[in-house]
Amino acid sequence: MSSPPADDVAVSADGVSKSFRLPYEQVSTLKEQVLHPTRRRRHDVLRALQHVSFEVGRGEVFGIVGRNGSGKSTLMKCLAGIYRADAGEMWLRGRMAPFIELGVGFNPDLTAHDNVLINAVMLGLTPDEARSRYGSIMDFAELHEFAELKLKNYSSGMQVRLAFSVMVHVDADLLLIDEVLAVGDAAFQQKCYDALDRARNEGRTILLVTHDMEQVQRFCDRALLLDRGRLVAIGDSRSVGRQYTQLNFATPSQREAIVAARLRNAGDTGVVVIVDAWAQSKADGRTTLLKLGEASGVAMRVRFATPVEEPVFTFRLTDEHQRLVLAMSTDRRGYRTGSHAGGDEIDVAVGFLNHLAPGRYWITAQVAQAGATEVLALREDAYSFVVDGAGAGGGIVALPHHFEITPAPSMQQGHA
Amino acid sequence: MSTIPEAYRVRGPSAVGGDARRFWNLARTLATMDWKVRFYGSALGYVWSLLRPLMLFGIVYFVFAEVLDAGRGIPHYGVILLLAMIMYFFFSEVTGTGVTAMVDRESLLRKVGFPRAVVPLAVALVAAMNLALNLVVLVIFVALTGVEPRWSWLLLPIPFALLLVFATGVSMLLSALYVRYRDVRPIWEVVLQALFYATPVLYPIEAVIDQSETLAKIALLNPLATLIQESRHLLTGAPSAESVLGSPTLLLAPLAVLVAVTWLGVKVFDRMAPLAAEEL
Repeated sequence: MSSPPADDVAVSADGVSKSFRLPYEQVSTLKEQVLHPTRRRRHDVLRALQHVSFEVGRGEVFGIVGRNGSGKSTLMKCLAGIYRADAGEMWLRGRMAPFIELGVGFNPDLTAHDNVLINAVMLGLTPDEARSRYGSIMDFAELHEFAELKLKNYSSGMQVRLAFSVMVHVDADLLLIDEVLAVGDAAFQQKCYDALDRARNEGRTILLVTHDMEQVQRFCDRALLLDRGRLVAIGDSRSVGRQYTQLNFATPSQREAIVAARLRNAGDTGVVVIVDAWAQSKADGRTTLLKLGEASGVAMRVRFATPVEEPVFTFRLTDEHQRLVLAMSTDRRGYRTGSHAGGDEIDVAVGFLNHLAPGRYWITAQVAQAGATEVLALREDAYSFVVDGAGAGGGIVALPHHFEITPAPSMQQGHA
Repeated sequence: MSTIPEAYRVRGPSAVGGDARRFWNLARTLATMDWKVRFYGSALGYVWSLLRPLMLFGIVYFVFAEVLDAGRGIPHYGVILLLAMIMYFFFSEVTGTGVTAMVDRESLLRKVGFPRAVVPLAVALVAAMNLALNLVVLVIFVALTGVEPRWSWLLLPIPFALLLVFATGVSMLLSALYVRYRDVRPIWEVVLQALFYATPVLYPIEAVIDQSETLAKIALLNPLATLIQESRHLLTGAPSAESVLGSPTLLLAPLAVLVAVTWLGVKVFDRMAPLAAEEL
């Protein structure tokens, strides 16, 4: 992929890797180097990003989540042109404004006024444009009365306000935001959200790094999950958010197992790739909204890299509390699933009458070898859909039911 | 946003790269702000940038020209002393501030992607503004001491331009090295001291020739010395560097040193500066 991405793609990363050398001892004197020119500096290699690929569409709000040290900030810094990636290719479309480590690089000895001008120029405005926007930047930050105060006398919240305000005023097409909304009071946070909403409505693209799952699920269209530099999941922000939470509360060994399972299906090198999964209804086709009692189903699109005989397809539906509600497998019923050649792409759908209780559900799709001995591809909680239906009584299923009200037999006897 | 913006490949931080106008805007803005920081909290503000060299030169002039009479028999000794000091101070300001420039700008380097060479260039611009003010002071001294005007004054911008290039080159070299090797700073402080005495600043080149002509020639291998001597020659008709060296072609030697050091500075900066954000 050495050519620009499609017109509707704002950010594309292909196989991006970045390692850092962590010397055991920081050797930074010439003497050490002169005295021991041949001694190799001992160091650990921290693989901060490993072969990360994704695309973000224009106008999309895209979340990047992961635990501390998972590589989120490194990814942002590579995209922002602060770090140089070791491998891989990145493309951006349009002017980019970064907001990294709570700020845009202020000089503490300068006044807010001067810092705003410097940073606006840093982010791509001309000095004249910077001066003409200065007023609206300070309006937004609500810091006019402190304009001539040196930055070192600002509270951290005030600095973030100022920095955020500069960032949203430089007309960037692409905003890279790393952990911003954690600081600042509630009122200003709301203002930031409003500003980001406005940016989104104007068709700008936003990449948001955050720990706050609520933020991701409420604000982002899609998200990706990083774990120790590896891309573990990408997709619908609710499902990624759930996976993050799951990963976060797992023990280290559980976490490894989860990540390993996810990576197996995330990689394109596998025998089988689950390209897509979705819910559908007889009436609407592919949809994210199923109606109670309607003929519905779920489906997956599968691509075979090498020939596979009689694979086993499984769907699992889990509810919001991560309870398994329904498992459907071709194995259980002794279906013949056929033999598939390398390069084949097929759709596997299963239909059911929708008696799931109203609520949100996640689809897990799996392809296994004949006899279900080895999992070939797995996408956990890949997509979600909502079951809509009024009048359901409660519980995890809404089985069709009817009431009969009749006199008890004893009463009938009594009458006879 | 109806038009689709152009897609471009992210290549990571660069030393120069990108748009020349943006580069210039950045360097200019940074330099202006540095200039402002300098005079915060002082009652006389910018006046100091004129007053300080004026007083400093006054003292040096008094001590060396009047008390010690170091320039006995040298025409316009006071003026050429000031000229040399101005040039040396410019070099020492650019390189001395330049050493720590990248590290001082850490917060910016770690947060914004921009062509890294803006940082040493801004340092050179600030020093150049200072130089311009100092030259005003020099003009006052020239007028007061009655140096007769010469056509050769028109050529004075040449050694000054070369000085700017050389100082910026050295500053790029030092600033890039300092990110990884913090010993560069103390070493450079000593080197600057040594250069001050190895360069004919306080003393006229004639004093060296009196000692040994070879020594004078060796001294002029230092581009700083040659540039200062040439400027002195153009200003007051003091012996030119080529006359001390014995032949104009020998001027190529200090010029080669200048070009080599500058080239090395640019190369090293180009290699190391893009990685600065990771090493800071």
